[in-house]
Amino acid sequence: MTDADLLYSDVETDLRASVRDLLTDHCEPASLLARVESDEPYDRALWRTLAGELGAAGLAVPDELGGQGASAREVALVLEELGRSAAPVPFLGSAVLATSALLGCDTAADAVADLVRRLATGEAVGALAVPLSTMTDAGFPGDVTAGADGTLSGTVRSVADGTAADVFVVAATGPDGPGLYAVDAAAADVSAPVSFDLTRPIADVTFHGAAATRLAGPDRAPDAVTGALLTGAGLLASEQLGLAQWCLDETVEYLKNRYQFGRPVGSFQALKHRLADLWLELVGARAAARYAADTLARGDADAPVAVATAQSYCAETAVHAAEECIQLHGGIGMTWEHPAHLYLKRAKASQVAFGAPGRHRAVLGDLVDLPA
Amino acid sequence: MTISEKSLDAEGLRARVADVLATHDPATTDRLEFLRARFDAGLAWVHFPVGLGGLDAPRELQAAVDAEFAAAGAPDNNPRRIGIGLGMAAPTILKFGGEELKQRLLRPLWTGEEVWCQLFSEPGAGSDLAALATRAVRDEGTGDWIVNGQKVWTSSAHTAQWAILVTRTDPDVPKHRGMTYFVLDMTQPGVEVRPLRQITGEAEFNEVFLTDARIPDAQRLGEVGAGWQVAQTTLMNERVAIGGNAQPREGGMAGKVAGTWRDRPELRTPELRDRLVKLWAEAEAFRLAGSRLRQQLAVGQPGPEGSGMKLAFATVAQELAALELEILGEDALRYDDWSMRRPELVDFTGREAGYRYLRSKGNSIEGGTSEVLRNIISERVLGLPAEPRTDKDVAWKDLPR
Repeated sequence: MTDADLLYSDVETDLRASVRDLLTDHCEPASLLARVESDEPYDRALWRTLAGELGAAGLAVPDELGGQGASAREVALVLEELGRSAAPVPFLGSAVLATSALLGCDTAADAVADLVRRLATGEAVGALAVPLSTMTDAGFPGDVTAGADGTLSGTVRSVADGTAADVFVVAATGPDGPGLYAVDAAAADVSAPVSFDLTRPIADVTFHGAAATRLAGPDRAPDAVTGALLTGAGLLASEQLGLAQWCLDETVEYLKNRYQFGRPVGSFQALKHRLADLWLELVGARAAARYAADTLARGDADAPVAVATAQSYCAETAVHAAEECIQLHGGIGMTWEHPAHLYLKRAKASQVAFGAPGRHRAVLGDLVDLPA
Repeated sequence: MTISEKSLDAEGLRARVADVLATHDPATTDRLEFLRARFDAGLAWVHFPVGLGGLDAPRELQAAVDAEFAAAGAPDNNPRRIGIGLGMAAPTILKFGGEELKQRLLRPLWTGEEVWCQLFSEPGAGSDLAALATRAVRDEGTGDWIVNGQKVWTSSAHTAQWAILVTRTDPDVPKHRGMTYFVLDMTQPGVEVRPLRQITGEAEFNEVFLTDARIPDAQRLGEVGAGWQVAQTTLMNERVAIGGNAQPREGGMAGKVAGTWRDRPELRTPELRDRLVKLWAEAEAFRLAGSRLRQQLAVGQPGPEGSGMKLAFATVAQELAALELEILGEDALRYDDWSMRRPELVDFTGREAGYRYLRSKGNSIEGGTSEVLRNIISERVLGLPAEPRTDKDVAWKDLPR
């Protein structure tokens, strides 16, 4: 608990600059709306550069498996920047959730190593076939069963980044217990319900006796899924932080330039104090998110406490920031053309992701001996 | 190797500590004599100049020096008792005082022989400190200053030998320009101290009445009319002192409420639990933010986060203390003691839950109200424009009050 490094290292600061440059070029808020309304809501060109050229998809993957050999700290940093841009790329689904689950399997096995490499290099997009709202302590998912012949059947709703996936990492229970499987997207029936979050669409995925490759059995599969959910919840806090930062920055700029009553509306104390409070929330959120990333990176025993703290706090901060952004922009903030709503939708959907804040608080209470 | 040849790094300072301990065995040396020896060895505050309790060494090395002395069982100067002197008066005297004044004041300030208080706020000048009305007039015969007025919210005034004082010396110019800063001898006849009882029942603070109190011009800090600039040094140090310390998890108010929760299972409800854990997480987030701030300082990159720590501390402490009374239910209907007392030390998390709730109300007022802090954050950190002002270019004497 005392060894945590809560700062951004020089390497991390450089990485932030690279990712931000890329996003500034490819993903400015004005074009975001056109993108998510198009037939191709994911920005595949951006993803290829981010994953392939910058190596962002394999940051936490060891070198020998095709990754960058960095850690959850760097992944968190990329998520901050992606949150700041509400970027429509399948980073959470592929580089965080599916990759974390795979790294929880035996990476000496060819099937695992091969898939990790494909995801880490950006050659393929993966998705972890669980509802995005799955709570970190939900236990092994029960939506899919594995037959004696090794094929999978069942339906998983609300899979993050599922419409972009080339391959699904699927938790399924078979005759010998829980297992983790890989299924090609072509072997699954993927539909796209109308998604509340336009910049990270969900998919409903159905397997009808789909051919599958087993990646882990009962000894590893449950921990691999739990680990992926814990990592996802902890690192999502950094995305929420980045999103909140955009909302704050954008609102401050707007209030400096918007005149009513003959003066910038940002000079009214009633508004300034709200923004000061929001800024302060971000100070707390940044510390909590950094601590979660650092404990996950080091495999620290305090990681579950850090994740529950960060996810419950940062989820609320992001929603608060997005709501303030809409309200303080006034009428323009309520329009479809202004990007603020894309951030609000991302923030609210992310608040529910991996369990709403109250559920993380229930877990946190148990972890820190504040019993019900 | 002689003392003066020892390097100004951790190793050199350890050697100096060892020298003091060798010549002044803490077990047999009188406390005051020991503290004076430590001061004279430059180990009081190592970043201060040589001859004034320091060595011109990097400030970060102080913690190691303190730890070495503590490990050897050496007495300390009871810093909580003399916080105003250490945290506010000393940096201001160092920056603005004349050489003779620094030599006279800093040693007994640090050893605790002389307690200090701060005469800033007035009944008519709270958040708007620059509106203050206590008049200092030059006695042309002696060159001394004659002071009349009333100050308020003065901790330690009843035990203080000295005060830092801001006065109005020119009422004919706009308020920020007509102030002058002094150190005042509190033991003289023109100074009357009365306890100011507060909502907890006790009196931590005082009102101070100044009637023809006399100050030699040599006790002026900074130029005549430059009191506002001098006061900024003091106030900056005050905000660092409140809410800026390292805390373990559940340090402070969170630990108190968590303790009550653990001890009293019969009082638990799901609604109280969610609120408690929410505040616990918030306290933890800002504890981590404090650690983060100290890590930034340690690498020489202070962030703007410091402006917010006191605001966050006040809000979280108040909400936790308020929740504890709700958890306690019937026990919250009782209070430990309303009788008027004069505590020597103030512990925000001391006594019982009712006291903690009431005392926490002061956290968002003392040392800069939360509203003023929000103005500072929004203007200096976020760069939002100031409210239009009507008081900046008007002579102080013409301001409505």
